[in-house]
Amino acid sequence: MDNLLRLLEGDCTLSRKQLAAMVGTSPERVEEAIRDYEDKHIIMGYKAVIDWDATDRQDVTALIEVKVEPQRDNGFDRVAERIYQYEEVESCYLMSGDFDMTVIISGRSLQEVARFVSLKLSTIDEVKSTATHFILKKYKENHLIFKKPEKQEEGFYFV
Amino acid sequence: MNYDGMMNRRIQDVPPSGIRKYFDLLEDMPNAISLGIGEPDFPTPWHIRDAGIYSLEKGLTKYTPNRGFSELLRQIAAYLQRRFDLTYDPMSQLLVTVGGSEGIDLALRCLIEPGDEVIIPTPSFVCYGPLVSMSCGVPVYVETKAENEFRLTPEELRSAITPKTKALVLPYPCNPTGGIMERSDLKALADVLEGTDIMIISDEIYAELTYGGHHVSPANLPELYDRTIVVNGFSKAYSMTGWRLGYLCAPKAISSQMVKLHQYGIMSAPTTSQYAAIEALQYGDGDIEAMRDEYDGRRRFLLDGFRELGLECFEPKGAFYMFPNVSKVSGLTSDEFCTRFLEAEQVAIIPGSAFGPGGEGFARCCYATSMKDLDEALKRLARFLKQFQN
Repeated sequence: MDNLLRLLEGDCTLSRKQLAAMVGTSPERVEEAIRDYEDKHIIMGYKAVIDWDATDRQDVTALIEVKVEPQRDNGFDRVAERIYQYEEVESCYLMSGDFDMTVIISGRSLQEVARFVSLKLSTIDEVKSTATHFILKKYKENHLIFKKPEKQEEGFYFV
Repeated sequence: MNYDGMMNRRIQDVPPSGIRKYFDLLEDMPNAISLGIGEPDFPTPWHIRDAGIYSLEKGLTKYTPNRGFSELLRQIAAYLQRRFDLTYDPMSQLLVTVGGSEGIDLALRCLIEPGDEVIIPTPSFVCYGPLVSMSCGVPVYVETKAENEFRLTPEELRSAITPKTKALVLPYPCNPTGGIMERSDLKALADVLEGTDIMIISDEIYAELTYGGHHVSPANLPELYDRTIVVNGFSKAYSMTGWRLGYLCAPKAISSQMVKLHQYGIMSAPTTSQYAAIEALQYGDGDIEAMRDEYDGRRRFLLDGFRELGLECFEPKGAFYMFPNVSKVSGLTSDEFCTRFLEAEQVAIIPGSAFGPGGEGFARCCYATSMKDLDEALKRLARFLKQFQN
C-alpha cells in the first residue's frame, strides 16, 4: 500500500474508488488503509497548495538559518520544539552544514517577520545567531509549478 | 480552373474527417470534457526536452544522415533488444521517420504494386486504408470481433487472403479497441501465412502501453521475422507526439528501398527531435514505466466505472482506449449516441463507426486525461444513461 501513499501525496482529492482502481484493490480496503495511516500519524494531514500571490493577500515568507547551542540531554530536539511551537513557523528542519536549523515562516509583512525573529526566535537562550532570507518569488512548491501551463492549439483530425 | 478534373482521383476519393463535427461542437462548450483525442496528456519529460534545447543551443541544426544519426540508430537497436528482445542491425535495418505515420506510409508504398491487396483488421486507426488506396492498392478490411477481444483470428485472416494479397497490417496494441495480440495469437497467424509471400506491417506505436504482460511483436517469432516490418516511435512511449519521430525496422532488402523513398520525400527526420530521442532512449525507461502505471490506474478506474453503469466493455490490455458497446444499453447507433452525449453532457467520445467495419455499436474513450476529468465524465455518463433504463 506504499503506492497508495504516493498517490495521496500527489493528489489527496482522489476518491476511494479512484485510489482503489489505481492500486488494484477495493474501495473498502483503501478506506481501511487510509484510516490506519491516519491513526499512525503517517498521513499527517491534507492541505491545498495555494498561490497567494495570485490573490489579494500579500504574504511574506522567509527562510531563516539558525545556529543553535545543543543541550546536554536533548541535543537539538528541545530547542526545535521551542521554535516550532510558534504558530508562525511553517516548517522547521535540523540541517547538516554551516548552520543547524532551517525555519520557514510566513507573515503579513516584512515587519511582522522581523518582529518574530528579533523578539521570539533570537531570544531563545540556545539560539546563537540567525540569518533571514526573504523569498522573493515562488516558482515551484511540492512539485507544483506556480505558473499556469500554456495550452497549445489543437485541431488535428485523424478520423 | 477545373480543379476536380485535374487532381488525383484516389486522393479526392478519400472522405473528409467524419468526426470533425464533434470537435467543432466542442469549441463552443467551455465545460466540455474530451475523451476524444488520442494523445498522451503528459508533456515530454523535461530531461528529454532539455536535450533537444541543448542541441539547439549548440547550433546543431543541420540535416542528419538519411537513416538518422548513427548514435540514435544504435540506441534504438539497444532499446529494442533490451525491452522487446528484438534484434536489428542499426545501420542496415533501422530507419528514423517523421513519426510512426511516415513509417506506415513508407512501408506500404514500398510494397504495393497497383491492384495489390492489403489486409487491414478493423476497427483500427484510420490511416491504413487511405494510404493503401493512394498507393494504388486495394484495402481489404477484416472485421475483428468483441467476443475475440478484437484479435485477428487465423480464420478471419485465411478468409481474406487472395492471390493478390501483398501485405497484412497488424495494428496491435490497437487504437481504438485496446486489444492486443499474444504470442499464441501470432503463432496461429504464422501458420496461415506459411508458404505465402505476404508481408506483415506491424504498427507497434503503443507497444510500451501494454498492461499486465509484455508486448509481443510478430518479429519476435522466428518464422515471422523475415516477413515483418515493425513500425514504432517515440510519440506514445515518451509522450513526444509533437516531435514527430518514429522508426522502421525491416529486413535489409526492404529497408534499403524504404530509405530511398524517405530520402527523396523527407530527406531526414527532424534533427532536434533526434537529439532528444537519444536522451529518451538512454535515460527514459523510468518515464515510460511511470506513465504506463498512471495510464493503468486510469484504465482500471474507467473500466470499473463502465461496468458499474452496465456498459459492456472487454478489458483492454493495451494503448489508452476503452471501447465499450454503447448501442446495447441505448438502442442508438454509435454516432447518435456520441452526438447526443456530447450535446446533453458535453463529453466527447468517438463513435466506433469512424474506425471502419466492425466499429458500429461501440465508442472510443481515450483515458489519456486526468483522473478528475475521467471521474466527471463517468458522472455525466451515469446521468445520460438514466433515460435508457426503462
